[in-house]
Amino acid sequence: AARMFLRLLSDIQWRAAHPRWRRMTGSQRSTSTTAEPHPVSLPAQAQVVICGGGIMGTSVAYHLSKMGLKDIVLLEQGRLAAGTTRFCAGIVSTARPVSVELKMAHYSNKLYQQLQQETGVQTGYMKTGSISLAQTQDRLISLKRIASSLNVMGIPCEIISPKEVLKLHPLINIHDLVGAMYVPEDALVSSANVSLALATAASRNGVQIHERTCVSHVTIQKGRVTGVETDRGRIQCDYFVNCAGQWAYELGHSGEEPVHIPLHACEHFYLLTHPLKDPLSSSLPTIVDPDGRIYIRNWQGGILSGGFEKNPKPLFTEGRNQLEIQNLQEDWDHFGPLLGALLRRMPGLEALQIMQLVNCPESFTPDMRCIMGESPTARGYFVLAGMNSGGISYGGGAGKYLAEWIVNGYPSENVWPLDLKRFGTLQSSRTFLRHRVMEVMPLMCDLKVPRWDFQTGRQLRTSPLYDRLDAQGARWMEKHGFERVKYFVPPGSDLLDLDHSKTFYKPDWFDIVGSEVKCCKEAVSVIDMSSFTKFEISSTGDQALESLQYLCSNDLDVPVGHVVHTGMLNEKGGYENDCSIARLSKRSFFMISPTDQQVHCWTWLKNRLPDDSNLVLEDVTWKYTALNLIGPRAVDVLSELSYAPMTAEHFPSLFCKEMSVGYANGIRVMSITHTGEPGFVLYIPIEYALHVYNEVMNMGQKYGIRNAGYYALRSLRIEKFFAFWGQDLDAFTTPMECGREFQVKLDKGLEFLGQEALWEQKQNGVYKRFTMFILEDHDTDLDLWPWWGEPIFRNGRYVGKTTSSAYSYTLERHVCLGFVHHFDEKTGEELVVTTDFINQGEYEIDIAGQRFQAKAKLYPFSSLFTQRRRKDEVELSGYQRE
Amino acid sequence: FYLTPSQVNSILKANEYSFKVPEFDGKNVSSVLGFDSNQLPANAPIEDRRSAATCLQTRGMLLGVFDGHAGCACAQAVSERLFYYIAVSLLPHETLLEIENAVESGRALLPILQWHKHPNDYFSKEASKLYFNSLRTYWQELIDLNSGETTDVREALINAFKRLDNDISLEAQVGDPNSFLNYLVLRVAFSGATACVAHVDGIDLHIANTGDSRAMLGVQEEDGSWSAVNLSYDHNAQNEREVERVKMEHPKSEEKSLVKQDRLLGLLMPFRAFGDVKFKWSIELQKRVVESGPDQLNDNEYTKFIPPNYYTPPYLTAEPEVIHHRLRPQDKFLVLATDGLWETMHRQDVARIVGEYLTGVHHQQPIAVGGYKVTLGQMHGLLTERRARISSVFEDQNAATHLIRHAVGNNEFGTVDHERLSKMLSLPEELARMYRDDITIIVVQFNSRVIGAYQNEE
Repeated sequence: AARMFLRLLSDIQWRAAHPRWRRMTGSQRSTSTTAEPHPVSLPAQAQVVICGGGIMGTSVAYHLSKMGLKDIVLLEQGRLAAGTTRFCAGIVSTARPVSVELKMAHYSNKLYQQLQQETGVQTGYMKTGSISLAQTQDRLISLKRIASSLNVMGIPCEIISPKEVLKLHPLINIHDLVGAMYVPEDALVSSANVSLALATAASRNGVQIHERTCVSHVTIQKGRVTGVETDRGRIQCDYFVNCAGQWAYELGHSGEEPVHIPLHACEHFYLLTHPLKDPLSSSLPTIVDPDGRIYIRNWQGGILSGGFEKNPKPLFTEGRNQLEIQNLQEDWDHFGPLLGALLRRMPGLEALQIMQLVNCPESFTPDMRCIMGESPTARGYFVLAGMNSGGISYGGGAGKYLAEWIVNGYPSENVWPLDLKRFGTLQSSRTFLRHRVMEVMPLMCDLKVPRWDFQTGRQLRTSPLYDRLDAQGARWMEKHGFERVKYFVPPGSDLLDLDHSKTFYKPDWFDIVGSEVKCCKEAVSVIDMSSFTKFEISSTGDQALESLQYLCSNDLDVPVGHVVHTGMLNEKGGYENDCSIARLSKRSFFMISPTDQQVHCWTWLKNRLPDDSNLVLEDVTWKYTALNLIGPRAVDVLSELSYAPMTAEHFPSLFCKEMSVGYANGIRVMSITHTGEPGFVLYIPIEYALHVYNEVMNMGQKYGIRNAGYYALRSLRIEKFFAFWGQDLDAFTTPMECGREFQVKLDKGLEFLGQEALWEQKQNGVYKRFTMFILEDHDTDLDLWPWWGEPIFRNGRYVGKTTSSAYSYTLERHVCLGFVHHFDEKTGEELVVTTDFINQGEYEIDIAGQRFQAKAKLYPFSSLFTQRRRKDEVELSGYQRE
Repeated sequence: FYLTPSQVNSILKANEYSFKVPEFDGKNVSSVLGFDSNQLPANAPIEDRRSAATCLQTRGMLLGVFDGHAGCACAQAVSERLFYYIAVSLLPHETLLEIENAVESGRALLPILQWHKHPNDYFSKEASKLYFNSLRTYWQELIDLNSGETTDVREALINAFKRLDNDISLEAQVGDPNSFLNYLVLRVAFSGATACVAHVDGIDLHIANTGDSRAMLGVQEEDGSWSAVNLSYDHNAQNEREVERVKMEHPKSEEKSLVKQDRLLGLLMPFRAFGDVKFKWSIELQKRVVESGPDQLNDNEYTKFIPPNYYTPPYLTAEPEVIHHRLRPQDKFLVLATDGLWETMHRQDVARIVGEYLTGVHHQQPIAVGGYKVTLGQMHGLLTERRARISSVFEDQNAATHLIRHAVGNNEFGTVDHERLSKMLSLPEELARMYRDDITIIVVQFNSRVIGAYQNEE
């Protein structure tokens, strides 16, 4: 039956379209490794070797060859499009919450649409549209948010009423619906045929495709890819692309130097039926019913319906070697709830006859976003896998970005949310992955409200104070595996349980965080910020300083004991990292970067530091616990504990000194708080952490000290217009665009990365500008809260999106940060953004379709800064991070 | 008026208890994985008792259910004391000497048993001294008797049962200066209890049974189905051999009066039991003890009443029948239960329900559509029905609770009917006993892997 189904579903027409792409005897599907002669022997070398002939591998090959690369080899262990791609439901859906994913899907849709014409291979492309249903008001809000971002992208999309749903799809039961989102340009394809079409085009452009060729491992020398070993011999290459889908993890681990690709397969079920009496039209829209956890598309006059159940079945945890995915066992009992949801949605289908229940593995990742990019340990080793069941939607765009990455050094879009380097080795444990994907798969359909956290795979990295803080009511979130405090629930206060605290409106911790903020403003609070990435760079001579001067935009040749906020920029002047660097001595520096920079920044430095054994880079993240003492009384607490004067004359801001606190010696105290408030961060060798914490809390009592969490920190930094990397700043944002020119020393007399680009911007102006918005007519109690990604309108026209937001307890207003562009009214061309352009506009922020008036500001409220500030940190002294 | 499902659950789960044999170095080397137990009262207070303990000075685990009658005193005493008697009977001479020396010199005793008790399973503090002295006398005699032979489990079980019953009888005859204790030992002796006890040591399983509780082995056949093997014989009128035995022990003239209306002397259901001195002592002894006893005893019509046709006591014994079984890998679990369960359920059903519960739903035959013509609606109906069958399994974390749910709530189709379950559980105290008996169940789960390894060693 599986074989017949294959024919029906994909109607694959194998074409020996190109002499270099010759197939084995066509009809045999035997996987036995009988010694069939391979018609074309493998080349001895190639520029790029792609492993995997599914939608990802063929899309990468297609785009690389389009970009002019000639020397490309694609290897497939079985046959093309025989893995997850073969079983893909073929729904191309652009309704994605993450902006870069949305762009990838949009591109894929446009690509597939013209692919048949381009290649002559039938792709089954049919523009049917899709309807996402909402059974609850909260679901409708989340759909409206997506609709807002689709609309500003120019993708047609509308929120429609249940009655309009019925007009578009007569079989739907609308009684339990509150609304829906209609995306008319979403499409259906035969995914296997799309993959074959891409392969055909690639092959015509010179890509060599070899089926039944198994990559055993990739050879890496001196941190660079040198070649691939296959069962048919070795190919030397400069670039290797791992598109092995669910086998990507194992392939990554097959070599001597493992490349960690955190993904794990789960069984995914969908149902195929015989045609209806009146066969369904092939143009009928696809239905997505996230509250029922199902999707339904028309298929050969009948339907195809699958879903994402609450209790997924992970598989292949122990790894498994098989060439092509055979149809796994059907499990009707498991599918039961989804079948129930289907019949509730389309009661008229009761009498429809079942053809088959398909079960195929899908790969999922720890954070529900796909994995692409270069390995942090092996240059030239690229990965594109872990599609979280969105393979066909992402395929075109993801392949394009990866091809750009290989050819140009970086994609044309910010893909940090998808970058392999956002993970460390810690996410690579099979146990972690197994548990996490069991949470991720149901999340596909779960309502995602602001500030949701993963619940599995937690308590992996913790501060030594974890238990102490937890006992005091800490509520935790996780970043890069590290547990961080959101806020402290005071004893006796009764917060809602997890399920009930999910809201798009004012959250239940509002007053709690408010009191933590108040304490930061009026007394002193302590926040455990141990998760920050901490590096030490030292050298025997001036190598450390020289290297950092080249890699950083600010001037690091400062007196010992000074702390410098600086960006580490790429050639285009964009932020690869945003950090604080303390000069510990003439020849050593202490660098503090955002938590999720641990792998990325390490790689960035490793790849650019000179190969000099006298220059040492060390990751000391685990060695220090960081306590941030925020507030006007922090100075009193510290001076009492250290018997040292801590006033501004003795300890100016942006200063770093090793001192003793309590009995503990060697504490690195820095006069920064990452919030714009006065205070200090203490970097404490971990064995002293508990002691210092206890001393601080005891001594602080008389000054009203209390614990605080990251939510308070975020509110403080956003109201002061501090941007942070990974949220507001990325590789496509320069210091000039976010008002940080003062952190750039164009004239420091030394060449540094990104200098040229910044010079140009300084002369010609910038094309986007980081702006702060104060919501004016927004009712904190009753209106939807902003999150991030909300469209910004200037004089009624779309100009950009927000990147973060928070409620300012001081201003008693919501503050959104975001970028303003200037699109030409007629051509849409991007124009220079001037201060006047920002200041002379009426702004609105669109939260789930509702627009709120906002006041734009390019500078923070000076009244918020309580401290007299050193000259070089005037205005946006901060860089911030969460 | 019906109880809600959660009310039903809280009643069913009030007495549930689970024990898992601790793993050592990630592996459980015991042939027992653990056990689940539970009881559901019909009498107020409940007259059933249960016990479970690990022998610390010898190997093995002891588990037992005790069904009391004419009050719970005897069942309570047996549940506290019997395992100590068994453990002592199993102890080698040197260990007995060591223990005696420790007591003699006031040193700390070696612990003999590790109990696995539900918080509701209480021990009588007041009687502990008395019980201890009787036990000590027993081991002193064992020391004196030192036969030098290794202890046979069968013999140890039989000796322990008989000795405890004897001590119960003696304590009642001697009495106690403390009036509370005096009344207690009399209540123990005048009430009765059956006992069904399992001793598991490696692959050796011994069942010692006195009375009409029952031990049953759950066996998984090669095709995955479940069958039941009895490991005890009921000592009641339905057991012909038992009737024969009673008749053999008494003159032919009593043949007609011995068993009447399926009861011993027309009164007692079980044909063997602890306590019940009314069926053991001579009439003179009974009268003497009752008359010299406290007023409460004297006022009690039951204790004063002498059974009819009472000519040649004793009519009753506590001597158990012992069955030895060598565990095989297909022996997955053991059910010990008082007659409250067996009255309502056939052992074959018990085997199936526990078996399916322990192996989980996955062993339900999967559905395959194959080439059949099945509509979505038909499939949905089928799946819904299967889920309903399974959902009752999911409600329980305890195999014994699961069995009780079925025992009380099963309808004619063998599935749990919530309405029926709710009705049965909401019966007022005085009515409950008419519809059901106390139910006490222990389900012991075996470790097939270890048992298989034992077999391979042989």
